Amino acid sequence: MYDAVIIGAGVTGAAAARELSRLQAKVCVLEKGEDVCVGTSKANSAIIHAGYDPVPGTLMAKLNIEGNEMMDKLCADLDIPFQRNGALIVCTDPAEEGKLDTLLQRGIENGVKGLRIVKGEELREMEPNLSDDVTAALYAPTSGIICPFELTCGMAENACENGVQFFFDQKVSGIIHDQDGLYHVKAGDKEYVTRAVINAAGVYADEIHNMVSSEKITIRPRRGEYCLYDKELGDHVTHTIFQLPTDKGKGVLVTPTVHGNMLAGPTSDFITDKDDTSTTAEGIAEVLSKECISVKPLSGRKIITSFAGLRAHGDKGDFIIGEAEDAPLFYDLAGIESPGLTSSPAIGKMAAEWAEKALGLKRKEDFREKRKGIPHFAELSFEERQKLIREDPLYGQIVCRCETVTEGEIVNAIRRPLGARSLDGVKRRTRAGMGRCQAGFCSPKVIDIIHRETGLPYEKITKCGGDSVIVLQHTKEQAEDAGEEKA
Amino acid sequence: MNSVDVVIIGGGPAGLAAAVSAKEAGSGKVLVIERNNELGGILVQCIHNGFGLHTFGEELTGPEYADRYIKKATEAGAEFLLNTMVLDISGDRVVTAMNEKDGLFQIKAGAVILAMGCRERPRGALNIPGSRPAGIYTAGTAQRLINIEGLMPGKEVVILGSGDIGLIMARRMTLEGAHVNAVVELMPYSTGLRRNIVQCLDDFNIPLLLSHTVIRTEGKEHLTGVVVAEVGPDRKPVPGTEIHYDCDCLLLSCGLIPENELSRQTGVAISPVTNGPVVDDTFETSIPGVFSCGNVLHVHDLVDYVSEEAGKAGRYAAVYARKHGAEERGSHRIEVCAEGGRGVRYTVPSSIYEDSMDEKVTVRFRVGSVFKWAYISVYADDERILHQKKKILTPGEMCQVQITKEQLQSISGLKKLTVKIEEE
Amino acid sequence: MEKRELTCIGCPMGCSITVEMEGKDILSVAGNSCRIGDRYARTEVINPVRTLTTTAVVEGGDLPRVSVRTAANVPKGKLAECMKAINALRLKAPVAIGDIVLHDIAGTGVDVVATKNIRRVS
Repeated sequence: MYDAVIIGAGVTGAAAARELSRLQAKVCVLEKGEDVCVGTSKANSAIIHAGYDPVPGTLMAKLNIEGNEMMDKLCADLDIPFQRNGALIVCTDPAEEGKLDTLLQRGIENGVKGLRIVKGEELREMEPNLSDDVTAALYAPTSGIICPFELTCGMAENACENGVQFFFDQKVSGIIHDQDGLYHVKAGDKEYVTRAVINAAGVYADEIHNMVSSEKITIRPRRGEYCLYDKELGDHVTHTIFQLPTDKGKGVLVTPTVHGNMLAGPTSDFITDKDDTSTTAEGIAEVLSKECISVKPLSGRKIITSFAGLRAHGDKGDFIIGEAEDAPLFYDLAGIESPGLTSSPAIGKMAAEWAEKALGLKRKEDFREKRKGIPHFAELSFEERQKLIREDPLYGQIVCRCETVTEGEIVNAIRRPLGARSLDGVKRRTRAGMGRCQAGFCSPKVIDIIHRETGLPYEKITKCGGDSVIVLQHTKEQAEDAGEEKA
Repeated sequence: MNSVDVVIIGGGPAGLAAAVSAKEAGSGKVLVIERNNELGGILVQCIHNGFGLHTFGEELTGPEYADRYIKKATEAGAEFLLNTMVLDISGDRVVTAMNEKDGLFQIKAGAVILAMGCRERPRGALNIPGSRPAGIYTAGTAQRLINIEGLMPGKEVVILGSGDIGLIMARRMTLEGAHVNAVVELMPYSTGLRRNIVQCLDDFNIPLLLSHTVIRTEGKEHLTGVVVAEVGPDRKPVPGTEIHYDCDCLLLSCGLIPENELSRQTGVAISPVTNGPVVDDTFETSIPGVFSCGNVLHVHDLVDYVSEEAGKAGRYAAVYARKHGAEERGSHRIEVCAEGGRGVRYTVPSSIYEDSMDEKVTVRFRVGSVFKWAYISVYADDERILHQKKKILTPGEMCQVQITKEQLQSISGLKKLTVKIEEE
Repeated sequence: MEKRELTCIGCPMGCSITVEMEGKDILSVAGNSCRIGDRYARTEVINPVRTLTTTAVVEGGDLPRVSVRTAANVPKGKLAECMKAINALRLKAPVAIGDIVLHDIAGTGVDVVATKNIRRVS
């Protein structure tokens, strides 16, 4: 029997898992995908928000600020990159500059530090590539950029190292609350019995919640499309550039990523299909037409990929976090949309505190707070690289030439706790395939390495689990079919 | 630090041909650095025939063509480092590279030849809307999977782009038992060689849809279908012309991009048209002692021309290394210009030093649109010195003209050559 | 009289060739730039032939496939039959460029040769 079952291995579930792993408790995470970070957490703006935006008094405001403040130590402990590059919320209409003051006031009320209005020469000096229409901006120095994959992987791996079990390809199909107050969570052909359930199921959190509670909630997927630009344009702007929020939403942001690309987006469209991360011609066109409101034009020829992510929009106007009214020890971490990534460590902490108290759990004395990440060869010095190759010659073989990812890193990503099993799993952990050739050259090599390291047959190796196989079969396998009827 | 006369980056057709001629031109130590585990570059996966008619007078397959040059380079005494990646070239030609055996190391080069080849334009750069399932590959990735690894990426196929690799893969996948539904080309003409349309598509009754594009990909985990639509003269999809194909594989053959990450890092000037280095008639880039040839310079259709061009680059690099760059290029620099627009898009080289040039210089270029019975003209300043009638000129096929030293010397104070297409 | 329009595949130039025929008799060949084109056109209208290039399974080698070609052209109509024969091959490494891996494929009298070296690995 488990003390707690966490449903969902996205950033929220991983944060909850890591915080719970501080306790003497038997905890597991059930994930319907084949890896951590494959749902909502996978595709977003990758921003650690300062916290001027949420309405004061909301959970969003509180957890945003807390999460933001936790980030430096957390990222250092998890050995992942994080950069406080600061944000500029720009105004392109002098008549609207008052709105910057409103945001400033709200930020101060929320407890955001260092906010101020910037204008004129100072603003241009900070960010020479702002569009000529920009008249003033709110500067938020505590805003930052992060890699959502690494944050999620880091927290999940650390939780795993501290004893939390992870089960993948486990789609929860039903939850029964028995007479003894225990929950029976059905997933696949297995049943997990637990004292507490933590619902971190992203866009599916309503379905999970509604399995146990008569107080129904609704999570609507809101799709956002993005364009990612080549590293050549990586210094187009150095701050995260937001547009003034309007009635229609937050607008399109332009930001450097923590790995040196330039990212523009998102759009904002409610959809009905909770798995539909398709991009659309209209969506991409919208990003391209709106990004240049705040910054000088980016060359469309330098787009290396476009993608879409889903936000889990709750119907309460705030995060839906807490114990379900009619289901004791069933905790929702639902409706986690922006600033969800920022808030995730604080949300996880909150969940662990409830569990600690309600279940009477004790703290572990041997909790290992630090996790060693995968060395990122591309970011190392000459001497560090030499040392790494001497220790393990596989670090001397480049597999992904665009992002300078070595075989050593890929093998490390596969062998480590919660190791990668798919092409995307390797990509998220190492960046192999994230560069400008978008895996054209390295994918056959990565498939070879996965085959060698895991023993998976080639035709079972997937892009991202499920039916996403890369190859169907070997050539010449069905000799009698080949070449038939053609020619 | 080890010193080498000529360091060649890339062991594909360009690098091998450059190595042969650098040795033949008397260079001491010539080192080819190859990132892959074998020499030959992209040729090793191009198992079809059609290579070498100009160079060897016979039609070879890619691996056979590569093998001839590997033998030549080995016999000439060139040295090779495989599985080795060059990470950096400094302005004074210190090459930093690494491999499993030697770790990270540096070599001082008398001259450097950039011969890194090119890569395919990926799906992301094409902005095809839709989901991101498995089953979408560049044609070259599929070519490697099938020809080298013996793995089939799909059975029901649509190919976007009628570049040569796309056409070749249409035939290849058909022969391996797949069904190729269509080859879809955005432009009103194919960018592949005409003979490949005959022997790769027509032979197998594979439809070529010109002025069409893929407007959507479908399928969540694995590709299940694509939607193709006709495009208007503005290359935008025409509503109502959608065709749906059930397929598990979409191959992309939508252009090649020279791989100039290293060149840019080194500070070599890059042409925005070719995405390759700007070179003079000796294939020297904007950085003295750094030369460039093959597909990293500009994308070729024919490997024979790559070999020829690289051979010259190798010879010039050897000369540079021998003289330690002491002897400056000639003083009379003539700019070579393309007219731009739908005519001549670029030229290689983009300058000629008249006083140090060979007796003949080949100027290669591509046009921006299809011309029938038009003239290639070369103007020396304002005077037309060359006027050649051509049956057909298409963007898919590289063109060339030859300029002689005599022609250039006959015009005093010549500043500029302009290559143009003239219609009557 | 029948008029056939062809694109020559003899070299990358891809000349447009017009062949005038009367039944099986070729009256004229025009549009080609060289002898290869003439020969191609005359064969193509009567008995089209192609070089087949593909791969064959090789066991115990550093790679699982070796590229192969027909040593000469084979009738276009026999390509599928030739593929079948090559697909059934199970070669043993090592294989060297030029090795004949199959004699007289599909009764065409043409051999199949390897176009790549495959080393043996243990």
